[in-house]
Amino acid sequence: MYKSLADAIQDAEATGRTLSQAALDAESADQGRSVEDIRAVLARALAVMRGAIHQGMVGDLYSASGLVGGDAAKLRAGPPGPLAGTLFRDVLARALAVQEVNAAMGVIVAAPTAGGAGVLPAVLTGLAASHNFSDDKLVDSLATAGLIGAVIAERASLSGAEGGCQAETGAGAAMAAGSATELLGGTPSQAGHAIALTMQGMLGLVCDPLGGLVELPCVFRNATGAAIALAGIEMALAGVTFAIPVDEVIDVMGEIGREMDVRYRETAGGGLAATPTGRRLAKERLYQIKRGG
Amino acid sequence: MVSLLDIIGPVMVGPSSSHTAGACRLGLLGRGLVSGTPEKAVLELHGSFARTGEGHGTDKALAGGLLGFRPDDERIRTALEIAEKEGLDYRFEKTALGDDAHPNTVRMTLDHGDVHATLTGASLGAGRVLVTEIDGYPVEVTGSFHTIVMIAEDIPGSIARITGILADHKINIATLRLTRKQRGGDAFIVIECDESPGEGVRDEIRSLEWVRWARRLDKVAA
Repeated sequence: MYKSLADAIQDAEATGRTLSQAALDAESADQGRSVEDIRAVLARALAVMRGAIHQGMVGDLYSASGLVGGDAAKLRAGPPGPLAGTLFRDVLARALAVQEVNAAMGVIVAAPTAGGAGVLPAVLTGLAASHNFSDDKLVDSLATAGLIGAVIAERASLSGAEGGCQAETGAGAAMAAGSATELLGGTPSQAGHAIALTMQGMLGLVCDPLGGLVELPCVFRNATGAAIALAGIEMALAGVTFAIPVDEVIDVMGEIGREMDVRYRETAGGGLAATPTGRRLAKERLYQIKRGG
Repeated sequence: MVSLLDIIGPVMVGPSSSHTAGACRLGLLGRGLVSGTPEKAVLELHGSFARTGEGHGTDKALAGGLLGFRPDDERIRTALEIAEKEGLDYRFEKTALGDDAHPNTVRMTLDHGDVHATLTGASLGAGRVLVTEIDGYPVEVTGSFHTIVMIAEDIPGSIARITGILADHKINIATLRLTRKQRGGDAFIVIECDESPGEGVRDEIRSLEWVRWARRLDKVAA
């Protein structure tokens, strides 16, 4: 697999391939598996993503602690805001849906992780609904997203415990931005700018879940992460470029993660988890889980 | 090398790839170690596994793995009840394994039939796991391959004999590591295979008089 997005973008453009084709070819060569076989695994992942969104939209699922649940349904059927009826609102609902299913021990695709699993399916399936993209196209997009995540894993981190939320939902947003830009007809180079424009907006984001549980604010971070990804996609497709090369943006995400105090890396020692209300809720709810709900 | 299928995956029961999916895989490795659902399991949880395990379903995922459920099996949600029905007597304990232990570590003591075994493993994130100890011996097993772990006397031709047995059973070796403390001392051998070596292969290796100890761990990662 590529170790830099610059290499992947250059390779794809020099050979007239898309990033998804370059990603599938590289994976096939690395793993000794046929492209068809890899696409079949990705197609199953897509089906699971759709299933989770469908399940989460109903609004009857709650997490073990009862702290999260039911909010995707509010965006689907609740009172309108300024973005009613738009792709934007639909994507927010989809991101919440996946994370609500995850928090309720439903089946999801960790992409890149379970805590950051809402952004990518929300953006890709939201676009498929509004633009009628085929499942084949979405499978290509998942390959591109996998390539982006693999480069981030190699150069920085995909773990909240290592790099804060920027490494989980930040990576998820970067994967969504790059793959969706290509899905919408952007060039590999534009996809690179979409990733950089998205990741710059996620830099420094801490991992501060109440009680250390993948619930609050994780569920909402996926929705706001998807919003930043949509901003990155929109800017890149309009021809906006980001002056710092995408690999350097990823490298600095890793550097910020390493410098981040341990309180902000999934330990529930700082951030929202350590607010008076955060501490109180965590204590009450963890007690409730111990008693069996 | 990172695979894009590691990034888009695993398909799993939530909420945490490290505390749920990884825990399930460690349970599966424990099950593999004793070749079936243990009748008795003591699971000592260290660090974040001990602190936030209950809220993440780590207990259910570990029990589910011991029962043979894979990370995407929805029966994980009710694994503790199923364990009781299937005669898996489990006990969770909180422990402190020291600062060197990974924050998400579990130490299992398992009994199945006349097999008694211990395994210590950590969940590294994104569902990846690493077994660091089996029956008191330090190991490094990732569960990405079918693995044979063994201790043998350091005699000439031992590797040739073992690889010969694997070849006879048409099992291809992916990696092979041999370490020893001193010349003529015991050799510690970890063999990762592309195909699953059956019980027959394990028993054939065990029957070699210079093999002191051998265990088989089936692949648990995608």
